[in-house]
Amino acid sequence: MAEHTSTQAGDGGRLQAVLSPEDEAGQARFDEIIAQDSRIEPRDWMPEGYRKTLTRQVSQHAHSEIIGMQPEANWITRAPSLKRKAILMAKVQDEAGHGLYLYSAAETLGTPRHVLNEQLLTGRAKYSSIFNYPARTWADMGAIGWLVDGAAIANQVPLCRASYGPYGRAMVRICKEESFHQRQGFEILLELSRGTAEQKKMAQDAVNRFYEPSLMMFGPPDADSPNSKQSMAWNIKRFSNDDLRQRFVGMIVEQAKVLGLTLPDPDLRFDEESGKWIHKDLNWDEFKAVLAGNGPCNAQRLQRRREAHEDGAWVREAAAAYAAKTNEKAA
Amino acid sequence: MTDTTVWPLWEVFVRSSRGLSHVHAGSLHAPDQEMALRNARDLYTRRNEGVSIWVVRSEDIVASDPGAKDQFFESPKGKDYRHATYYTKSEGVKHL
Repeated sequence: MAEHTSTQAGDGGRLQAVLSPEDEAGQARFDEIIAQDSRIEPRDWMPEGYRKTLTRQVSQHAHSEIIGMQPEANWITRAPSLKRKAILMAKVQDEAGHGLYLYSAAETLGTPRHVLNEQLLTGRAKYSSIFNYPARTWADMGAIGWLVDGAAIANQVPLCRASYGPYGRAMVRICKEESFHQRQGFEILLELSRGTAEQKKMAQDAVNRFYEPSLMMFGPPDADSPNSKQSMAWNIKRFSNDDLRQRFVGMIVEQAKVLGLTLPDPDLRFDEESGKWIHKDLNWDEFKAVLAGNGPCNAQRLQRRREAHEDGAWVREAAAAYAAKTNEKAA
Repeated sequence: MTDTTVWPLWEVFVRSSRGLSHVHAGSLHAPDQEMALRNARDLYTRRNEGVSIWVVRSEDIVASDPGAKDQFFESPKGKDYRHATYYTKSEGVKHL
């Protein structure tokens, strides 16, 4: 109980020294469900810290999917064939869908959709730093699919078992669809790698640029990730950032060989003793700078999102007006 | 212009194939029932996941109270004799 109270103080600055009998019973029931590794559902009692942490995590995740549409949508008109355009459109539609699944899950925690949306538009909410990097060439569509979606999958598969039911269910749906994303990215890189020398160079260049940012998608090192411990105690997170990161590196080592490309990491090796993959030190100063809004594309991404929202205003108004008129007639 | 058009929330149920029940797939926002159906199709059946969709306004759903779960579902508890596995004496007897 003491730990619970201090968490609330840390998160919201409101110290609740005494819990009401209802809250105490709720907390006991909550602890029991977590201890059984069962699931918390929207109308269950939950600690404020749990609600807050999940609202932040799930909505950030949703924002990332929505902003993540941009680097790829940007390439639809320039994709090299009709087939590639169709595939890319399907992928961007999926990202929109994933964003919507996640917003729905976040909303069940009590924050309405328009509030979440506003948090993104006003720049108060964060989203994955990876989408603040530019997609410069067609090969970047390959590297994003293979490395960025690959890292996302490695991160998301354990989230299917997150203790919050709606989040886990959204993740199950998303993971099923993401595997197509990773494979299509791999295929783009493979075709380029087996193409002309210039095409292969383009593929290698894309991998070189996306390798490090994709490893940073797992979040800061464990020692520097203060919220991880609580998230793991609540069964939201199942593995630590570093653990997932090294596991992902191990997976892509073999895949890179099939691609005939190299990973830009001279320090990369498997450590027999710990049974873990060791990769190079990542540039966490850059990570923090990008997250703080100073990445290459932060301003552009948010501006585009705001424009899209404003451009769609007349559609929303028309639809609402039509619905009101139809309701009036029916009444 | 401030955006005051907050669309209501709908719950989506999808029948994955003939002969099966509709199962809750998730929720979405839409201004009216027709748009809710179309959005549900776009959002929840991009890969042939369904042959039929229901949409229901979330506020129209009546749910049991999770806090009163124990009392509410108390009646079937301790009534093992409602399950076939309760009856063990017929073990080994065929077609029973």
